[in-house]
Amino acid sequence: MTDDYEHYEAVVVGAGPGGAAAAATLARNDVETLVLERGTDAGAKNVSGGLIYAEESAPYTIDDLFPDFREAATDRAVTEHYIHNVSGRNVKTFDLHDLHHHDTEWADSVLRRKMDSWLADRVHEMTRETGGGLLTDVRVSGLLREGGRIVGVTCDELDAIRADVVVAADGVNSELARDAGLMDWEEPEEWFQGVKAVVDMPEGAIEKRFNVDEGEGVAHLFSGDLFEGARGGGFLYTNDDSLSIGTVFHLDSIAEERHEPQELLDNLLTHPLLADWIGDDYEELEYSAKLVPDSKKVAHPSPHRDRLLLVGDAAGQMQAQGPIIKGMNHAVTAGALAAEAFVDARSRGDTAEAGERYEAKLENEGVMDKLRPTRYRTLGRLGEAEPIASVTDAVVDSPVGRAAVGLLGDSLERLYNSPFLVGMLPDTKLGYVTLPTAIAEELGAPVAGESTVETPELDDRIGDLTYDIDEGNPHIELRDNSFAASGTAVTACPVSAKDFGGGCYRDEYVATNGTEKRVVSLDTQPCVECGTCAVVADTDWTHPRGGKGVEYKQG
Amino acid sequence: MRSVVLTKGVPDFREGQVSFDEDGHLERGKTPTVMNPNDKYALRAALQTKVRQGGTVSLMSMGPPGYMEVLQEGMRDVYADDLYLLSDREMGAADTWATAMTAATGIDKLDERPDLVFAGFKTADGETGHTGPQTEWCLDMPLITHVISLEVDPDEEHVRAKRLVEAEADEIETVKAPLPAFIVTDPEFEASYHRAEHRLEHKDLRETTRKRADEFGEYLADDSEKEATEWDRFTMWNHADLNLDPDFIGLDGSPTIVAGVDPIPKAPSEREATPVDPEDEADMEGLIDELAPYAAGD
Repeated sequence: MTDDYEHYEAVVVGAGPGGAAAAATLARNDVETLVLERGTDAGAKNVSGGLIYAEESAPYTIDDLFPDFREAATDRAVTEHYIHNVSGRNVKTFDLHDLHHHDTEWADSVLRRKMDSWLADRVHEMTRETGGGLLTDVRVSGLLREGGRIVGVTCDELDAIRADVVVAADGVNSELARDAGLMDWEEPEEWFQGVKAVVDMPEGAIEKRFNVDEGEGVAHLFSGDLFEGARGGGFLYTNDDSLSIGTVFHLDSIAEERHEPQELLDNLLTHPLLADWIGDDYEELEYSAKLVPDSKKVAHPSPHRDRLLLVGDAAGQMQAQGPIIKGMNHAVTAGALAAEAFVDARSRGDTAEAGERYEAKLENEGVMDKLRPTRYRTLGRLGEAEPIASVTDAVVDSPVGRAAVGLLGDSLERLYNSPFLVGMLPDTKLGYVTLPTAIAEELGAPVAGESTVETPELDDRIGDLTYDIDEGNPHIELRDNSFAASGTAVTACPVSAKDFGGGCYRDEYVATNGTEKRVVSLDTQPCVECGTCAVVADTDWTHPRGGKGVEYKQG
Repeated sequence: MRSVVLTKGVPDFREGQVSFDEDGHLERGKTPTVMNPNDKYALRAALQTKVRQGGTVSLMSMGPPGYMEVLQEGMRDVYADDLYLLSDREMGAADTWATAMTAATGIDKLDERPDLVFAGFKTADGETGHTGPQTEWCLDMPLITHVISLEVDPDEEHVRAKRLVEAEADEIETVKAPLPAFIVTDPEFEASYHRAEHRLEHKDLRETTRKRADEFGEYLADDSEKEATEWDRFTMWNHADLNLDPDFIGLDGSPTIVAGVDPIPKAPSEREATPVDPEDEADMEGLIDELAPYAAGD
């Protein structure tokens, strides 16, 4: 160990909302803060649905920390929220007004490139005042240790840096969380996979087609039989001049049933329910994908080790409970609390205590109970037990169950609006597929209209993305190329597909010594860095070097 | 650390920008003038020095008043603290030698003698690669060419550079020279910033220089203001300011005699292949006649 390393009081890794919140709070408290972002611009590596919420109960919201945030960085204030139960052409729509407004100060639609880059400019100004600043194009590759303890970070583009605290806000595929042994990529059932298309809208079309005022927006959710039985659902959010239309599924459901994520997205995009909203001239601006942690299962109760504190997706802090999908707001709260914890610890002369203080704040401020509700741990988990799940599913799908759905009628809408019930929903087919399908069939009506949407082929979607390829430096390597170990990636990877040669993963038969073996090959060039293959295949997975790889323009 | 970077305006040879007449001659009037692309490597090397050691970076050119936009381009795209244009009719039509004399005199006239003078590896139009080394000869500094990386030690007052040496295979040579020194950067030059503090400083300087370039652009666009005021980061010197005898600069001071201009042969990959049947005597004779000058070494 040399004394030549640079030192900053705080190093924040990742310039998303969690990192920005942490950095802004640190800077306001005169902590010398360096922010390192691997994208060529903040937001260039980020994807979200995306709605960002400000919760009334949260100790910090993004506009507390950045007062002009809503005016400058978001798209529309989402004031209406619906869920559509779908079976074929039959649709039964519930208004989720109460659920949406529960504990909600406001909720805005966002596109990450615009939002994160605006935040990054503010963060750079603030942190520069402290002697630090924000740098893009720098990938933090690991943790710097001294005597076995974490004391800083290592980077691809910079020499190692020591810090009194490292805030890892480096996203769902956080390499720092894995280096520290706090998170892993082992179990598909702990993750969701989201896939999204940003669709261009003519000027004025959103106001007309969605019946909203200028600056106001709407959120639509979709569940039922339109996703071939996969456990998950779809969403549509209105941006300023585009729509974010996407799907989110439990990764184990995608993996086990060999679903093609892009085809499930196409099922939504081409459903007649969306025909009038999308219109006749479908123009897809960007296709994107990401993994989403299921906080009920992976939100780390002690997201810290030594001087490392995890915030946001890196700590599994993404709340996806039925129609409640909240991630960025929790990242903001956690980021600010992590910073506050460090400032408290510093004022008491022991910066190494920051992690313990952060853990206590997450608990005391109620963040952990939102992420891992006690009622889910008891009742929800129970409902996921295979015999119970099968029975409840069969009951709802039986004539008796159908009759009950018919009898309950619109009172089901009230149940859907209960945050309490939503928090204990089991992650089974019942809530995502069977019940919504039954509701649509028993209570719904057929939608008129025909979709004229022709969705792009996967190679066109990949071709429309921007990449800076790191020639000769593949960031993912297959450890085991047998189909048994890594074949799931051929279908689960959102930029790969069966019988498609232009994606990341493809399978082929190779003859060796008179026997034929089915193997998987990998080309990282079209990779969108979602992390799916880190979970479903046997890989050595890292992010590309700073500034390399995919660059999202919308996000 | 004071650095001066020499640059030249050249036709923009990029596809879509450059214009040729039907005889294949460049149409200067229809082709925009831009900063010689190789000079941007020199400017990046000077910026790296500024980031690491502080000081100032001056960008200097010799040419018509329109080259002010070339200087602005360098300031906007890379960096400059101040800009110098050596310009009047007496300097026109200079060859590399007369240009070097003028540039060296311009450098000598600066308030402070530079620690480092940078030039790019040859211009996109002249392709001689002479001006840099000839200016160095006038200034009497140690010269390091084909530089791909650079480190300055201000305490020891020397510069250490890695340079490409073209032999049978590319080799890299590390050399050291006392300051002041003259550096010719290779197009393989890469600035490197391995410390966060340097990258942050680089980011600040880039933001500063973009704002300065915008200010200079406003100054260039506003004729009335130009007459009334000076932009304090821009200096224009004529031959009288430099105390240069017109007989030794410009066309009169240029020993080069251009005897003729031949079109540059196309690269082999761009030539059209003409199949010749070896059995066809007439075709073969024609081919032999065509190749004869090359065989004679002409």
